[in-house]
Parts: sequence; structure tokens; C-alpha cells
Amino acid sequence: MLLSAALFIIGVVGVMVRRNIIIIFMSIELILNAVNINLVAFSAQLQNAIGQVFAVFVIAVAAAEAAVGLGIILAFYRNKETVNIDEMNLMRW
Amino acid sequence: MGQAIAFYGLSFFILFFAVLVVSTKDTVHSVLFLVLDFLFVAALYVLLGAQFLAAIQVLVYAGGIVVLYLFVVMLVNLKRPPEAYEDPHRRTNLGFALAASVLLEVGAIATYGYASPAPALARASEVFPVSGNTEEVGWLLYTSYLIPFEIASMLLLVAMIGAIVLAKREL
Repeated sequence: MLLSAALFIIGVVGVMVRRNIIIIFMSIELILNAVNINLVAFSAQLQNAIGQVFAVFVIAVAAAEAAVGLGIILAFYRNKETVNIDEMNLMRW
Repeated sequence: MGQAIAFYGLSFFILFFAVLVVSTKDTVHSVLFLVLDFLFVAALYVLLGAQFLAAIQVLVYAGGIVVLYLFVVMLVNLKRPPEAYEDPHRRTNLGFALAASVLLEVGAIATYGYASPAPALARASEVFPVSGNTEEVGWLLYTSYLIPFEIASMLLLVAMIGAIVLAKREL
């Protein structure tokens, strides 16, 4: 529980503080991993496999998110030659 | 006792590598630390009795997602690292403050949870008469959670098509 919370907070710090969008994506993966650890810990505690089923779904969603997110990064890099989120203001009005 | 030592050792390594992932300057090093972190999380799953999930973790995360990250890091070969550019409007302290507030919230939840322990839940393992971790998870996936399973497969298909479209040079 506390391990999961600590990992989650490291992920949040990574999202908030870093400027490289690839590292921000990796921090999001860390957050999802923290959630998975929590699910599996409760699954072991309650002798119930449903938590592991949900963790499998979380892994599937994380894979989808990583694929789409990295596709967006590649498309953006091709246009702008940067991965700095402070320079990503294409949609600013 | 040995299990507790293993748990704390694994937790220490997981948190250590997570801090390294977030704090390293070099993105390639960060990705490699992420692999180590995922492998230790998989070891933790084995410790918690979720062998199937540990295998999935190694295959999907350490094998698939991280290779994807490495490819992207190599493709976006940066001549000018993003951290060198200093934005005057950037508020790094605000990020730390937000993370600290999340920490406070989680700490409050933890202390409150320890103060009033949850009522003992009924053991549900008798409902599923199968034994073995993988068998149990597979049984649940294909009976109670069949529709979410199919929706997840649709999501993966859509994500795959979307990623291909986004990464194409011209439509």
C-alpha cells in the first residue's frame, strides 16, 4: 500500500517537474504500475483473483496509451523538432 | 520473515529505480532504469502470488512498451536537450507543491484506514473451484469479465490503427 503510494507520488513528481515529454510518459507508466501493485496486493490479501484481472486490463490500456502517445510524439517531433512541452503550444489561441 | 525481507528489498529497489527514472538527465538511461523497475515489480508480483501477471509484466512492459520507448528516443535524436531551455513562465515549485498535496492526501487516507480497519470481507475463493493462479485468472477473464475483455481487445485494435496513422509521414 505505502509502496504503491510512494511510487505513485514519484510518478506525479515526474509528470509535474520534467520538461521532456518522453520522461513524462514514463512517469505515467510508473503511476499505472503503482495502481497495478495496489490491485495485486489486495488480490493477494483477499485471496481473490479479480484484482489480477483488473491489473491485466490496466496493462492493456497502458500499452494502448503508450502506442498512441508515442505516435503523437513522433508526429509532433517531425513538425516541430522538439520534445519540450513548454514549446508545445500549437493549440493555443 | 524471509518474505518480509524480500518485500522490503524489492520495494527499496523499485522506489530507487523510480527516482532514477524521473531524475536522470539522459533519456536513454531513464528508459533502461524503467526496464529494471518493471522487472523488480514483476518479482514483487511473484512474491504476491500473481505469477501470470508477472509473466505478462515482463512480456508486455519490459519487452514491448520499453522497446517502443527506446525506438522513439532513438528516432527523436535531440541536438538540444529540452531541459536546457529555460521558460520564465515555468513553475517547477508548483509541481512539487502539487505532489506534496497528493502525498498529504494519501497519508491521510492511510492513517484513517489504519485507525478504522475495514470489516473482514468474505473469502470469495470458494466460489471458483479451480486451482492455480493462471487458471483462475483465465477462468475469470473468460466468464465474468468476457465483455470487458472483448472491449479491451477493441481498444488495443483502435490504438494500433491510431498509432500507425499518426506515425505515417503523409496520409
